[in-house]
Amino acid sequence: MTYDVNIDGKNYRLELERVDGRWACRVDGRAVEIDAVLARRDVLSILIDGKAYEIKRERTAVDMHLWVGSVRYAAQLRDPRSLRSRVTADDGKGPRKLLAPMPGKIVRVLVAESAEVEAGQGIVVVEAMKMQNEIKSPKKGVVRKLVAAEGAAVNAGDVLAVVE
Amino acid sequence: MFKKILIANRGEIAVRVIRACREMGIQSVAVYSDVDRAALHVRKADEAYHLGPAAAAESYLNIPKILAAAKRSGADAIHPGYGFLSENPRFAHACAEAGVKFIGPTAAAMEMMGSKTRARQHMQSAGVPFVPGTSRGVESVDEAARVAEKVGYPVMLKAAAGGGGKGMRLVHSADQLGSALDGAQSEAQRSFGDSEVYIEKAILNPRHIEMQVLADEHGNTVYLGERECSIQRRHQKVLEESPSPIVDAEMRRRMGEVAVRVAQAAGYTNAGTIEFLVDQQKNFYFLEMNTRLQVEHPVTELTTGLDLVHLQIRIAAGEKLPFRQEDVLLRGHAIECRIYAEDPDNHYFPSPGKITLLLLPSGPGIRRDSGMYEGWTVPIDYDPLLAKLIGYGTDREQAAARLVRALNEYFVGGIKTNISLFRRILNDAEFRAGKLDTGYLDRLLARPGVDAPRDEHAAQVAAIAAGVFAVLDPGTGARAEANGTGAEAVSNWKRAGRIEALQ
Repeated sequence: MTYDVNIDGKNYRLELERVDGRWACRVDGRAVEIDAVLARRDVLSILIDGKAYEIKRERTAVDMHLWVGSVRYAAQLRDPRSLRSRVTADDGKGPRKLLAPMPGKIVRVLVAESAEVEAGQGIVVVEAMKMQNEIKSPKKGVVRKLVAAEGAAVNAGDVLAVVE
Repeated sequence: MFKKILIANRGEIAVRVIRACREMGIQSVAVYSDVDRAALHVRKADEAYHLGPAAAAESYLNIPKILAAAKRSGADAIHPGYGFLSENPRFAHACAEAGVKFIGPTAAAMEMMGSKTRARQHMQSAGVPFVPGTSRGVESVDEAARVAEKVGYPVMLKAAAGGGGKGMRLVHSADQLGSALDGAQSEAQRSFGDSEVYIEKAILNPRHIEMQVLADEHGNTVYLGERECSIQRRHQKVLEESPSPIVDAEMRRRMGEVAVRVAQAAGYTNAGTIEFLVDQQKNFYFLEMNTRLQVEHPVTELTTGLDLVHLQIRIAAGEKLPFRQEDVLLRGHAIECRIYAEDPDNHYFPSPGKITLLLLPSGPGIRRDSGMYEGWTVPIDYDPLLAKLIGYGTDREQAAARLVRALNEYFVGGIKTNISLFRRILNDAEFRAGKLDTGYLDRLLARPGVDAPRDEHAAQVAAIAAGVFAVLDPGTGARAEANGTGAEAVSNWKRAGRIEALQ
């Protein structure tokens, strides 16, 4: 199994095989001796060259993070053999969805459909726990779909708008 | 003693009070709103009654609904917790009318302490030290200018009905006074429906230190030591400790005696807290009295060995304080961290949602008062306090070290929490040296984070772990889409195929 792993913006080519319950692991072509046990869902005990790590995995609706000790790393994992993950790599082109980062209530919609927006421009305001958060456009473009309506309740990961 | 107590609150404090009831052989009654049916306090109580919609006005702040639940359950007392109705004299009064004992002070004592100017007028006769200023609202800019001249700039304008920083203005010189007074008065009117504003000499970089008192209904009042609460953000406490790093036995006795005088002057009963501002020369000034149990009461419990909720209940039931002032002994050091559902990487914006993973700390010197559990969804409707983690040790250094250790064991997944903030505070050199004031946290946060080292080796460990997770625990819908990146969920077919290929 080969993965392209991105940790905090840096890429690693990871090769993992499991033979007779033992792991063979190569990071960017270099062999690393590891042992791994899944302690419970989302918690991994890994031994690497005798050093012990407890790794926690955290997945929200919009991203994945791995905790090594008390340090949190943004992680992305891709299978290079998968055609779709190559095609959909983030190249800044094509339509991009604006997702609610947290559950809350839409208190304001700041632009109209078909409006031209700059990258970073506020599109909607979501309120949660008495605080308001502006959700900004991920790119410069035109607001094609505006799903969000003022007063509506949203869950984390809900599509609010599409910018093309 | 009471047979059944209704807890008019939610979250960790409701659980805390339910636990005390259990320990004392008293039946407990929870109340809940639409979004709190699955909340921990409902699971822990003996009985639970629905109040209404999520909005606090229709549930936890609704006096008729709460009294109806008390009547239906046959509760003979109500514990209000903190926040919500805990400092509302109308509620205390309504409880008395309904023949249910309110576990707290009388409505009259609450009313006196509820207005800062009225409290000040009463306390002056009790010989309580105040920040120099006016004890009633100023009528005009001229009067404000005369007072400001007398006490000396900088001065602070404060709303009489205020709290939480609303209607407050710091004024450095006479030419700023007029517009600041206008601003404070209109903000006070908007926020509290009362435009009364008074003037105090501004104490720059003060400490915020408070004294716990306990008074029975037979005229006995004691103080239980101070809590240092200077670490605040947006006027909200974040970390508290007892004892304060700067208070010695003599200063504690003086503050404690003032606190007892304040409580007695107000005819105060049950648990209360007198807040003081302390300047750099260690002069302390009365700020206000909180007429309820405080969020941070556990640090006092750990250093005194007393259970404040047990004592609140016993006092409300008419018992005498079971000890005298000279029996109160402080031992060791305790520090509390308020674990909030908020995102440290996004201006500490609230982060409600489902808790997908919860790993709990334990071991020597660790107490955890929590209202959350794995699988629970933190609602968007209330204060983001999830839990309190309290470290106790022989001395301050050990308490801090235990907390850092426990914070490293604590893991809340699925939502963001401020756990990393406490690691930062507890490892900070100024904190370790006890150099605190109410501006401390803003200064710390203005500095670039010097978090644990993000070395190449640990990043590589993360990369390996990402792959191993994908093999051993692909999870459901491996990844949802991120803003802009259209990565799709791994199909079950593909996942099954991969696992087989690896066997």
